[in-house]
Amino acid sequence: MKTWRMIVDVAACEDCNNCCLACKDEHVDNEWPGYSRPQPRHGQRWIDVQRTERGQFPLIDVAYRPVMCMQCADAPCVKASEGAIKRRPDGIVLIDPVKAKGKQGLVKSCPYHQIWWNEAEQIPQKCTLCAHLLDQGWKQPRCAQACPTGALRIEHLDDDEMKLRVETDHLECLHPEYKTVPHVYYRNMYRYTSCFIAGSVSVTRDGNTDCAVGVGVRLLTGEKPIASAVTDAFGDFKFDRLASGNNYAVEIAMPGGNCKTLSIANLKESKNIGIVEI
Amino acid sequence: MAFAKIQFSATLLALEKMLRITAMRYPEFAERLRQKDFAAQIKLRDNSQGRCFHFNEGKVSSQAGVHPAQVVMAFQSPQVAARILRPSRSQLDFLHAVKNFQIEVQGPDELTVWLAETLGMLLTSGAKYGTSLGDGVMRFTSNTNGGPVFVDVKDDKIIRITPIEFDEEDAQPWTIKARGRSFTPPRKTTISSHTLAWKSMVYSKDRLLYPMKRVDFNPDGERNPQNRGISGYERISWDEALDLVAGEIQRVKREYGPGAILNGSGSHHTWGALGYWLSARIRFFNTIGATMVAHNPDSWEGWYWGAAHHWGYSSHNGGGETYSTVEDCLKNAEMIVFWSSDPEATSGVYGAHEGTIRRQWLKELGIPFVHIDPYYNHTAAWLGGKWLAPRPGADSAMVLAIACVWIIENLYDKDYVAKRTEGFDKWRDYILGKEDGIVKTPEWQEAETGVPAKDVRALARQWGTKKTYLAAGGMSGFGAACRTATGTDWARGMVCLMAMQGLGKPGVNIGCLQQGAPVDTRFFFPGYSEGGMSGDLAGTAMAMNLFQKMPQLPTINTVQQVVPRLKIPEAIVDGHCEGYPTDPRTIEGQFFKFKYPAPGHSQVKLYYKYGGSHFGTMTNTNRYVNMYRTDKLECVVNQSIWFEGEAKFADVILPACTSFERWDIGEFANCGGYVQHSFTQCNHRVAVLQHKCIEPLGESKSDFQIFLDLSKRLGVAASFSEGSTELDWCRRYFEATDLTTLTTWKKFLKKGYFVVPVPSEELRDPVSYQWFAEGRLKDTPELTPLPGSYSGAFRSGLQTQSGKIEFESSSLKRFDAEDPERSPILKYVPAWEGPHANELYARFPLHLVSPHPRFTFHTQSDGKDSTTNDIKDHRVLIDGFYYWIVRVNRRDAAVRGIADHGLVRVFNDRGAVICAAQLTERVPPGIVHSYESSAVYDPVGAPGKSADRGGCINILTPSRMMIGKSHALAACSCLVEVEKWNSGKTPV
Repeated sequence: MKTWRMIVDVAACEDCNNCCLACKDEHVDNEWPGYSRPQPRHGQRWIDVQRTERGQFPLIDVAYRPVMCMQCADAPCVKASEGAIKRRPDGIVLIDPVKAKGKQGLVKSCPYHQIWWNEAEQIPQKCTLCAHLLDQGWKQPRCAQACPTGALRIEHLDDDEMKLRVETDHLECLHPEYKTVPHVYYRNMYRYTSCFIAGSVSVTRDGNTDCAVGVGVRLLTGEKPIASAVTDAFGDFKFDRLASGNNYAVEIAMPGGNCKTLSIANLKESKNIGIVEI
Repeated sequence: MAFAKIQFSATLLALEKMLRITAMRYPEFAERLRQKDFAAQIKLRDNSQGRCFHFNEGKVSSQAGVHPAQVVMAFQSPQVAARILRPSRSQLDFLHAVKNFQIEVQGPDELTVWLAETLGMLLTSGAKYGTSLGDGVMRFTSNTNGGPVFVDVKDDKIIRITPIEFDEEDAQPWTIKARGRSFTPPRKTTISSHTLAWKSMVYSKDRLLYPMKRVDFNPDGERNPQNRGISGYERISWDEALDLVAGEIQRVKREYGPGAILNGSGSHHTWGALGYWLSARIRFFNTIGATMVAHNPDSWEGWYWGAAHHWGYSSHNGGGETYSTVEDCLKNAEMIVFWSSDPEATSGVYGAHEGTIRRQWLKELGIPFVHIDPYYNHTAAWLGGKWLAPRPGADSAMVLAIACVWIIENLYDKDYVAKRTEGFDKWRDYILGKEDGIVKTPEWQEAETGVPAKDVRALARQWGTKKTYLAAGGMSGFGAACRTATGTDWARGMVCLMAMQGLGKPGVNIGCLQQGAPVDTRFFFPGYSEGGMSGDLAGTAMAMNLFQKMPQLPTINTVQQVVPRLKIPEAIVDGHCEGYPTDPRTIEGQFFKFKYPAPGHSQVKLYYKYGGSHFGTMTNTNRYVNMYRTDKLECVVNQSIWFEGEAKFADVILPACTSFERWDIGEFANCGGYVQHSFTQCNHRVAVLQHKCIEPLGESKSDFQIFLDLSKRLGVAASFSEGSTELDWCRRYFEATDLTTLTTWKKFLKKGYFVVPVPSEELRDPVSYQWFAEGRLKDTPELTPLPGSYSGAFRSGLQTQSGKIEFESSSLKRFDAEDPERSPILKYVPAWEGPHANELYARFPLHLVSPHPRFTFHTQSDGKDSTTNDIKDHRVLIDGFYYWIVRVNRRDAAVRGIADHGLVRVFNDRGAVICAAQLTERVPPGIVHSYESSAVYDPVGAPGKSADRGGCINILTPSRMMIGKSHALAACSCLVEVEKWNSGKTPV
């Protein structure tokens, strides 16, 4: 059975917000009978572009993660709704605005916080994956259509096809521990969730300080090397996809064959260790 | 002769039949005929023959001969009548007859224009446009500052606005083969976020739906100018409003003489060749005679006032050309240096996300990127690469240090410098300290820019050994660095650095893949700065092509006085000021200093402001607020779509409709003129017939109609509209383009867009500057520089006196070789507002950089209750108000006790703006970032004297000219302090 899946590439998202404005264009002031009541002009974000920065000036990076209804196969909201929220055979989870009227508790049923309360209409609302358009033959919802980078893609796949896609494209779900079987999958999630350790290596010769290019750098946890890198044209190195909470050591090869070692205990957030002179 | 007379007779008789038949066939035409009851006489001037037409309660009758009538249309001869009174008449024949009085029309403007329009409608009534999607939904087309769109409408209401996805009929795209791969863009248009906000702007609670007058403004009594911006408004009828405005126009002309009317506009308007700011507006103000606002080239500044002196390109405001650079870059470049360049945020100009996929290809190819910008901008965040963050206004120190490394380490193209440039030795000697004893080393620049010497040396070595594209600014020109106190020096430096690396050699060029796609540049479809229907041969690029292709009455402004835009407040309040012109025809055009008032001209008494707000976009903008509140302006008119910004300071407000509520025509991102061939930003050239998708909201009217209604009261309607409706003008524009060779008006009107086929690989344009690097005649497809600008043959070399890139500028030597602010070679001049301004820096230790905004098009789509307000990185909702964002480094915030999303007061001696703080590492300590162009001005106390919580960040920026001999803003490098704010504080 093929169902709709959304694939989000965190590394491709550039925060243009076309997705959330296209969503508002489609849903604000528009009722789609049988699907949704109008989204209020302000306040609700059926697709929410979240931002994170990692590192410290000047070695930083920034990532954006669009989050929307996960279209869960085992959706807590459906279970809590007493028939007001249904998952269609094509995988789209829809709130029935008539049956759901007054049921503010449904907002809390979503562990992803993707159900919004419409105070004026007394109804819970959320992303419909533009089901009204897909049912008319549209190939994709408004958010994906407006996305300029391909960060949002819609796919119609069965479970086996999706499993293969997850493996080949290294996809993961947001909060798999909720065990709701989300149908939204993320690529390059590490840009949002993991830490990096970066630094710049410099060398001084004849009174001139220069970027140290091509210097070997190793990352260790305990005594164990887990990654190695070579400094780039600016003397910079970066170890990414690191778990927080661990102890790390950075080992920088010195010209004479020795190493300079810097320890980072209990890495809590991405770290620019600054300029290291060798 | 006899035959001609018989033909005239028959034509007139047939005309009556046509009027009747058309009314029977088309209800809208029948409705039209019910609008007026009057008699119109059409005759020969010698009264030897004629027919009188009676319009009465929708019925048409006629009688042969000459009879009394309110409107008389007289032809010189039956031959002239035969040429004019036919369905396929040539517009040139018609205008020729008009200008030579071979046809004369007498009668009240209201009736003569109605008659001319009605006769035109015989040909256009019943035209079909749009595509039915079923269920009562019609799909129309429109165009915006952020891309062309489909507009789905049901029951006269817009339900959605989407990018255009091409169908099977539309032209196929190009393919670039580079490094073993093939790159083809998708068959659709992209869109900017501000365009996706349009529906919310059309249906905004801030829309002006009827004319209004300030309650305490009485043109016949007390005008109370001191209450502008404070007192409220009352609804008035269109007749009252138009009578009042037309009356004031005539009064100030009569009482004060030429020059008393000032017209100012935003730099941008809603898209379309007729409605844009360089079209109907100019036609109207030229027709009535008005002082015009001289625009500074606000997005180019340093390029125009600086770079042009080294390489010419005055016709591009100093910004250079970009043909076929996409293909060259993908094939040959080994590194891209983005310097003050954030194309993902600014989209070049009007370019939506067309360049995005091309930069994505570069990333896929693994080309290394360097980003030089005080802000870790959106392009940097998305593409990654090395980030260097110089202090605003110190970039030219880094330029000199890079050149210094190249000179010392022999990393530049000596052969190119010898053959293609002049004056290098002098610049080299300056860099090596022979003039001032200071070698401009990376170590030297570190004290100025704050960027470590080692990083600049590493950059110089990379750049000097790799084929490098310099993405300087946004497209061709632009970049916040060109709008700092030293913007001229940065832009000059960009040209000088590229001259050292062999500009025009394969892979060595300027660009960020925002422009230079291999679309067909030889296909003629004019851009907005070709002037549309303006008839303005002096102030637009109309003379080059459009005037010949689209005959129209020329319009000549009888008032030669202008006011420099950055000095409007001084002109009004002090009564005098000086300026330098933006004249892209020659390098030297900018040297012609002018004064206000012009000799023998009146000072400005009536200010007619059209679109856009200067509060958000000019500099030290409390000046503009305070100007409105003096009695120097006797009357202020504002023609606006929304009740915002400067509109709230007018005496009379005329409500204009949006481009979705009127007819227009225009191409995706085609500016023309000073941004010639800017459509090479697009992956596909898309010409759009901008349908009238819905009726104007409330009583709002198109700008064209407002100007026409005023023209009727001023007795100039015939020369304003030439009897053409807006749709007629669209058709006249269509007929002027090369679209006529590939499609028909009927098809274009119905479908609404046309994708211009791409040229074959063999017919693609040559790469910009390649001809120059190879010492050949210029072979890129543009007519500038003008023949007289060359010292040698037409197209031999550059526009400079030597025809080469001049490290030592001959034009600056001729103009003022001793000017310390702009010497003939680029030298380091510390920014006049920055760390070298000691006393100021001690009080205001934070440097504010304020680039063009990301989520709005200048003030368009900000405020207005637009959905844009909900973008987290645009405004922040705090206590029910959407605050503008200032980005502050975490360390600076910590010492000031500022929290993320806490309210702060950003201030200096010029004023204060209340913003929401965003704590970030994307700016270094000591630098804060906030975009310019808020549409909202919301003072917490007295206007012009208190803090603004609307976000007009330009309240803080200096009104000092970038360099004395310029009309250039230096908004992107001012000094401020930031402190916590709580709204309970006394307003300051």
